[in-house]
Amino acid sequence: MLNKYPLWKYLLVLAVLAIGLLYAAPNLYAPDPALQITGESSAQIIDERTLSRVTGALEEAGIEHFGEVIDPGGRNALVRLGDAEQQLIAQARVQRALGDGFIVALNLAPTTPEWLSDLGGQPMKLGLDLSGGVHFKLEVDVDAAMERRQEFYETAIRRALRDERIRGIVGREGDLSVTARLRSEEDRESARTLIADNHPELLLERGGEGESWTITASMTEQMRTEIANYAVSQNLTTLRNRVNELGVSEPLVQRQGQSRIVVELPGIQDTAEAKRILGTVANLEFRLVANLDAPESEKQRFEYRSEDRAGSFEWLERDIIITGERVANAQASFDENGRPNVQISLDGEGGTLMSRATRNNVKRRMGVLFIERKFRTRYELQEDGSEKAVQIPYDERKLLTAPVIQSALGAQFQITGLDSPLEASELALMLRAGALAAPISFVEERTVGPSLGAENIRLGVKSVQFGLALVVLFMILYYRVFGVIAVVALAANLILLVAFMSLIGATLTLPGIAGIVLTVGMAVDANVLIFSRIREELRDGRSPQMAIHSGYDAALSTILDANITTLIVAVILYAVGTGPVKGFAVTLSVGIVTSMFTAIVGTRALVNLYYGGRKVRTLSIGGV
Amino acid sequence: MKVINFMGQRKLAMAVSAVLLLTAIFSLSTRQLSWGLDFTGGTLVEVHYSESADLKAIRSTLDGGGYAGSIVVSFGTDRDVLIRLPQGHADTDGTALVRLLEDTFEGTVELRRIEFVGPQVGDELREQGGLAMLMALGMVMLYIGFRFQFKFAVGAVAALAHDVIITLGFFSIIGLEFDLTVLAALLAVIGYSLNDTIVVSDRIRENFRKLRKSDPLEVINISLSETLGRTLVTSLTTLLVLVCLALLGGEMIKGFAIALLVGVVIGTYSSVYVAASVLVLMGVSKEDLMLPVKEGAEQDDLMP
Repeated sequence: MLNKYPLWKYLLVLAVLAIGLLYAAPNLYAPDPALQITGESSAQIIDERTLSRVTGALEEAGIEHFGEVIDPGGRNALVRLGDAEQQLIAQARVQRALGDGFIVALNLAPTTPEWLSDLGGQPMKLGLDLSGGVHFKLEVDVDAAMERRQEFYETAIRRALRDERIRGIVGREGDLSVTARLRSEEDRESARTLIADNHPELLLERGGEGESWTITASMTEQMRTEIANYAVSQNLTTLRNRVNELGVSEPLVQRQGQSRIVVELPGIQDTAEAKRILGTVANLEFRLVANLDAPESEKQRFEYRSEDRAGSFEWLERDIIITGERVANAQASFDENGRPNVQISLDGEGGTLMSRATRNNVKRRMGVLFIERKFRTRYELQEDGSEKAVQIPYDERKLLTAPVIQSALGAQFQITGLDSPLEASELALMLRAGALAAPISFVEERTVGPSLGAENIRLGVKSVQFGLALVVLFMILYYRVFGVIAVVALAANLILLVAFMSLIGATLTLPGIAGIVLTVGMAVDANVLIFSRIREELRDGRSPQMAIHSGYDAALSTILDANITTLIVAVILYAVGTGPVKGFAVTLSVGIVTSMFTAIVGTRALVNLYYGGRKVRTLSIGGV
Repeated sequence: MKVINFMGQRKLAMAVSAVLLLTAIFSLSTRQLSWGLDFTGGTLVEVHYSESADLKAIRSTLDGGGYAGSIVVSFGTDRDVLIRLPQGHADTDGTALVRLLEDTFEGTVELRRIEFVGPQVGDELREQGGLAMLMALGMVMLYIGFRFQFKFAVGAVAALAHDVIITLGFFSIIGLEFDLTVLAALLAVIGYSLNDTIVVSDRIRENFRKLRKSDPLEVINISLSETLGRTLVTSLTTLLVLVCLALLGGEMIKGFAIALLVGVVIGTYSSVYVAASVLVLMGVSKEDLMLPVKEGAEQDDLMP
């Protein structure tokens, strides 16, 4: 029978729609404004007592709150608030009540019912342009990192030659090379062997004729990439640590391209504050572990930084051997027995200081301190009686490791006795993070106030509604019953689009909303194509059933071609574009896919249900 | 159905296209585009005043506060103000500026957004945008060449280039700001115009095979007449939503909507005239489309 779908096809359409409804549903539940409370360190457990201090502070301020929960591990707690307007005041009050040691972050707690979230249902995330917040783009100065490395090789080679009593002039050349000018061919050969032994990673090349014999040591392109990668990943780590300190829920710290880092902080307003905290540099200090009998005045107590050793400490001497700026590189590696270790390279000056300090202290231990700039909040009474929170910076020094010195150390040494390769790479990362990091600069900064975000949502939704209403009106007037069918398909398309975006965890941005609006306009195109084909077939004198059948068939290849080419454009947009362009590309391509399904399969199912399998004299498809 | 003699007017249409293109290119080369912050770099601050804002007063406040040469305009309403700081103020803290405005105004000044873009980012974006555009055109040409025939690919890409250049020219002449969202819109115009062109080309291909007429002009006229209804209906629905977006979507989305509005109108025209005229110019004939056999098989499916 013409125009009858087998039962399974109807069921398929129904099933897709049902799943779509299910996963679009979480977006109907508006999230509650909330505060998220976390301990500054993992030792800081949040218990009922902490929570009662929080609720006490909120009650005192007369702020409505409910639904307090503590994580099973006691790592963080969530308090929902009655009014979004009071979120900032609530944050200040609670932070005040708890003091430093706790981070109080603004949060939006989902209200998705449990059965929905158990099924993986979640609402769409909102982009910064809709939720308000700060977006930073930072550039890591890879060239500076390269220069430091080049400088390191220059001093290392000069020192090695001097130690071996080979006379020559060592200087940097270009961006990647160090050249030594020597007096004789003989000298050149011994210099070559020396450099090759000390720095097997460098590319060596002989040069110079007659009077001067030169040897040029170059870093390879591969090393360059590695150094750039190190510089970026080291900055990523430190930025992540600092962002956590800002007390932002769901921050984003992400590498972008070769040397950029994107930081997005929803809910933050004070960019100056955020920039200050993000921009500070960490540092390292190497100090000897103090002898047991050392007087109090010569030693200091430091706690370990790692969470496994939280609470344990060492006494270190007050004298500093070297600081982080002498560290050129730290790399996780393996020794000849396959045990994990960390290789550390110092610059020339650092090497001298290190060897002087360790020469007479073999078998003693040396502690490595990690220094981070942190901020403490103090409350100052203003003239008008209100209180203002002031951030006071201080340096936090914590012990990374305290290994035994096995022999006199020079510019290159290693830390062994590590438990796992993971521990080694973490230690190396912290050492690099503390070594003077490749400088970063802010190349882009965008702040969107919360009121603008809310307005963007309001306007976006309004224009979608109006646009949709106009299209619906037009389609029904122009195509009658078929118009109604197209409109139903359009609604289903929107539901599927929202469901799919929620499911893949896509972020909704303003251009994303524009993409949805455009999809609404273009989604009817497939139906317009089909319907005008059907009209043509009717004009050619075919029976209504025949016209439906061949109308759909004839339009199919056109629809496919048109949509695939548009999809190509959308995919290129996604691949090349960043930020807003990407958001637009995602909605556009998802919209193309869902609209093809609803416009071809979905409308056909409805048409078949309505007209299929019976005698039809006329089709209600508007003027033929 | 009445067959409209579209191709009879093609010389006139070509002249119109040529004039539009030349005007666009002339404006692009003399006036250039007024690049938005995304591309030039710099700092932009949007604030909301509790009462209607006095732009003159704001300007003098800024001049006195060390932000001389700032461009101050109202943004949408008379209470929303957009301030663009001149180059060299790149590192200026936008929050300090907002505080300055607050101090000199009795009501409240609310920060809407601050955008700072470093100069190197802008340069990269321009390169990236151009690259995206070229890549999109190239890939599309490949796909159409593969699915249809080389002459159709040339026609489609000519139509796309036509639409993009004229839309860019429109932005240049009107002096509308060209930012990232407008770039996204321009790429969407490529997608849309392509959609239109392919529907028309599809029908031309079908009719060359079905009608077996030897006169390409007639076949193209028939095809264009047949698809005219669809072209107009789709353009109309898209324009309806775009007008809503331009009028109701707010200031941040206006440029996007306007670029698409212009693009869709031009795209509709170009799918009728540019793509088809190029086909005629290149001497398309039914022999071009007789092969391959597999494509012919699709035709048989239409039979009852």
